[in-house]
Amino acid sequence: MSVAKVAVAGVGMHPWGKWGENFVTYGVAAARAALADAGVDWSDVGFVAGADTMRNGYPGYVAGATFAQALGWTGIPVTSAYGACASGAMALEAARQRILAGLCDVALVVGADTTPKGFLKPNAGERTDDPDWLRFNLLGATNPTYFALYARRRMELFGATQDDFTAVKVKNAAHGLSNPFARYRKEVSAADVDASPLVASPLRLLDICATSDGGAAVVLTSQDYAEAHLADRPRVDVAAISTVTPTFPNTVIEMPEFATDSAAGIPAPQRTFKQAIGHAAYEQAGVSPGDVEVAEVYDLSTALELDWYEDLQFCAPGEAEQLLRDGVTTLGGRLPVNPSGGLACFGEAVPAQALAQVCEITWQLRGQAGDRQAISPDSGEAPKVGITANQGLFGHGSSVILTR
Amino acid sequence: MSTATTHRRAAIEGWFTMPEPGSGEAPHLIGTRCVDSGTYFFPPERVMSRAPGFAESELEEVQLSNRGRLWSWTDAQYQPPPPYVPVTDPHEPFCIAAVELEAEQMVVLGQVPAGVTVDDLELGMEMELVLDRLRTETDEDTGESVDVMVWKWAPVPGKAGRS
Repeated sequence: MSVAKVAVAGVGMHPWGKWGENFVTYGVAAARAALADAGVDWSDVGFVAGADTMRNGYPGYVAGATFAQALGWTGIPVTSAYGACASGAMALEAARQRILAGLCDVALVVGADTTPKGFLKPNAGERTDDPDWLRFNLLGATNPTYFALYARRRMELFGATQDDFTAVKVKNAAHGLSNPFARYRKEVSAADVDASPLVASPLRLLDICATSDGGAAVVLTSQDYAEAHLADRPRVDVAAISTVTPTFPNTVIEMPEFATDSAAGIPAPQRTFKQAIGHAAYEQAGVSPGDVEVAEVYDLSTALELDWYEDLQFCAPGEAEQLLRDGVTTLGGRLPVNPSGGLACFGEAVPAQALAQVCEITWQLRGQAGDRQAISPDSGEAPKVGITANQGLFGHGSSVILTR
Repeated sequence: MSTATTHRRAAIEGWFTMPEPGSGEAPHLIGTRCVDSGTYFFPPERVMSRAPGFAESELEEVQLSNRGRLWSWTDAQYQPPPPYVPVTDPHEPFCIAAVELEAEQMVVLGQVPAGVTVDDLELGMEMELVLDRLRTETDEDTGESVDVMVWKWAPVPGKAGRS
């Protein structure tokens, strides 16, 4: 099975950092960059989709309209999507559907955030029926708590070591050195990671991604529009957008839950949630994991990047450390992972992050990634197939496959 | 001065039993069981079964197993942000355990009582549900001190892991 494709006509970002501006500033900058990259005027856009931010009041909950107003109302339809870390992909999916339904030819997707320092935490107020509020109140369980439970599990089941986690950080820091959109562009040594304070054993401060300000935008068009107007530009297509939910019983403990589902009455599904996210994308695109030549995966923690190697079927369970140690996932290897530098270099700007992944894979497939360009060992050229993956709380996750 | 009565309250209603101290009764988490599918829910589902295809099933309240095996664990080296309520100043790291219940085939999180470090824990070791003070608060009406109680997972002495 493969579904009809839409074209990625343009991508753009505002650099990640702690800039202290309103999130709209970053979103508008990214949107204008993406429109310029596509050579499309805002007045030609037929649909706008925004990925919401939960930390910036009402304008953040209606991000699509907020960006549309800032760019200048043109009367086009709008949607705003929230799906935790998958928000950007959900907005992208709304735009793709709009185009595939024949309702518009050009759609703009924007996500941006201004994020406070420190642990991500629930909004203020006492909400004793909100599991996200309760996990902090009753357990003191932060996001790194959950990342650390997975990391410890890798160590116990697969013999991963803190040195392996360190190597992920060192790799991603090296990847992001020359990325003008990355917040951290600094070489990180193994000694730096080892010396950073423990946050949630076995994870140290440099194993866990920061929270950042940033913005990213993507312009999608129909195939017909791309052929008529963008024929002289490097062509990248969206081959799949997976935004699947877990299947009951979800037997992996996930944010913000207190417990997994029970497998006592109904057997666990064939695939875990994270495996299902990637699987659905491969099915939709009609490509196999062996076709992937570059990937952007959610390294909320260093150890989680290793989990993704397996969940996206780059290797069998328990083999991720070997893939890393063999240099396969380092630039210059067969399948570079997080050539952008990943969350290790960006820090998380929740509604922008899934779109930032799409921006990076687009630049990689176009051969426009400069010093961090992945090269296919088979063709000696830029990769032809790239994948993104992320997962957030409350049963959200996404994977996008781009092809050229 | 007479001995003050110990005032206790559950940090959340309906999630665990709170036997009187000295009663000899062990505390349990309260779950519900989907009668038709046999699946369990914690926190207890009260409205309908979340097992697809079993929406019409009755939900019966059950006490979950109060022992299980350690699935994974970590600690909180930094003080979590609100609505976590600090219990010491400065913050003392505490452990958090994920414990697998055999009969229910589910993993349940809980803090580990103070004094246990990550080095004391081992994959697969037997863990037991205990009641412990989450924090202390002052009753607004009486001005008396109230212990706010929560479930925690404590290692069972002499029950090593990896068996």
